Amino acid sequence: MSDQQILNLEERFQQRIDAEIKVEPKDWMPEKYRKTLIRQISQHAHSEIVGMLPEGNWISRAPSLRRKVALLAKVQDEAGHGLYLYSAAETLGAERDQLTRDLLDGKAKYSSIFNYPTLSWADIGAIGWLVDGAAIMNQVMLTRNSYGPYARAMVKICKEESFHQRQGYEIMLTLAKGTEEQKAMAQDALNRWWWPSLMMFGPSDAESTHSAQSMKWKIKRKSNDELRQQFVDVTIPQADFLGLSVPDKDLKWNEESGHYDFGPIDWDEFWRVVKGNGPCNRDRIKARRKAYDEGKWVREAAMAHAEKKKERKAKLAKSA
Amino acid sequence: MSDKKNWPLYEVFIRSKNGLNHRHVGSLHATDEEMALENARDVYTRRSEGVSIWVVESRHIFASNPDEAGELFEPAQDKVYRHPTFYELPDEVKHI
Repeated sequence: MSDQQILNLEERFQQRIDAEIKVEPKDWMPEKYRKTLIRQISQHAHSEIVGMLPEGNWISRAPSLRRKVALLAKVQDEAGHGLYLYSAAETLGAERDQLTRDLLDGKAKYSSIFNYPTLSWADIGAIGWLVDGAAIMNQVMLTRNSYGPYARAMVKICKEESFHQRQGYEIMLTLAKGTEEQKAMAQDALNRWWWPSLMMFGPSDAESTHSAQSMKWKIKRKSNDELRQQFVDVTIPQADFLGLSVPDKDLKWNEESGHYDFGPIDWDEFWRVVKGNGPCNRDRIKARRKAYDEGKWVREAAMAHAEKKKERKAKLAKSA
Repeated sequence: MSDKKNWPLYEVFIRSKNGLNHRHVGSLHATDEEMALENARDVYTRRSEGVSIWVVESRHIFASNPDEAGELFEPAQDKVYRHPTFYELPDEVKHI
């Protein structure tokens, strides 16, 4: 194909995006659109999978059966969400095995929030409320993204995530209404998860490298800072209701803008964690590698069993 | 680290309730049809989304090519006489 032909195709592609026509798997798309989506969708999938680890840590120690079944269901949902997303990435020609390998080799990223430890039960409340809350902000926007399979996966994920956030907030509410000690636990969890949750939206617009093109292609429809502000605006009243306060001395309501002003984010910490030096980065990858390595014989045995079954069936059909 | 043989990909279709068609919901990897069906239940129907599941190995789906969409679908576009609104009838005529 000549450069001019590609240019024409790219122009037509952009016109379709502008006209809100969804892109489907076999449609022509610029190579960079495909690559950007594979990167973003697989990072998103990896985040769901790694995200099971910090919460899985508390399943066996949930304080009641009610909390335990809820947490189990939530962690199972995350496995499911990972699978919907890998499935969407595969429609773009990505290989599942390669995606997994990229994660295990440390080549692929996942959301940095999961590199923080879950130190107390209250962290399970804070994660559901804040981390899932922030994820929902982003994912609601993504239900309208231009790539059909990704947008459809997001619709299903958003429906399911809403229970995640509510169960988290309910945990916080119970603790906040409990003994002094329980309330202190809830406050401590909020203190530790607040800033990392704000960092989940990514670098500020001025620093964000992929943003402009992604907006043009409608992979993204709101900027990182816009989503972050939206999250702060809805979350502060929820914290007030709990009688807890976010660890930000600069936080105040701005009558004029109609938004909360908040203090500066520690981007050094953000980049430190992204680059692999957060509190749990090594543990998380180690846990994923262990699961992969120890599951190897199961994957192989299942395949061998399926082949044997097939052979047996063929033999039976022949002799019949 | 890669397995010698990867599990094949299956497409999953779900009927959400009797009276409705099966609808494509996504894909998954499994060793055979039976495992694909069991996994589809866990991945795609955790909240009673289905009463029936179809799975088919992805390589068996033969799909139309979007580049040929014009030849395939455009001929239907100028056949307005296939639609009821093409025929002009006076308003007084009822139930037609």
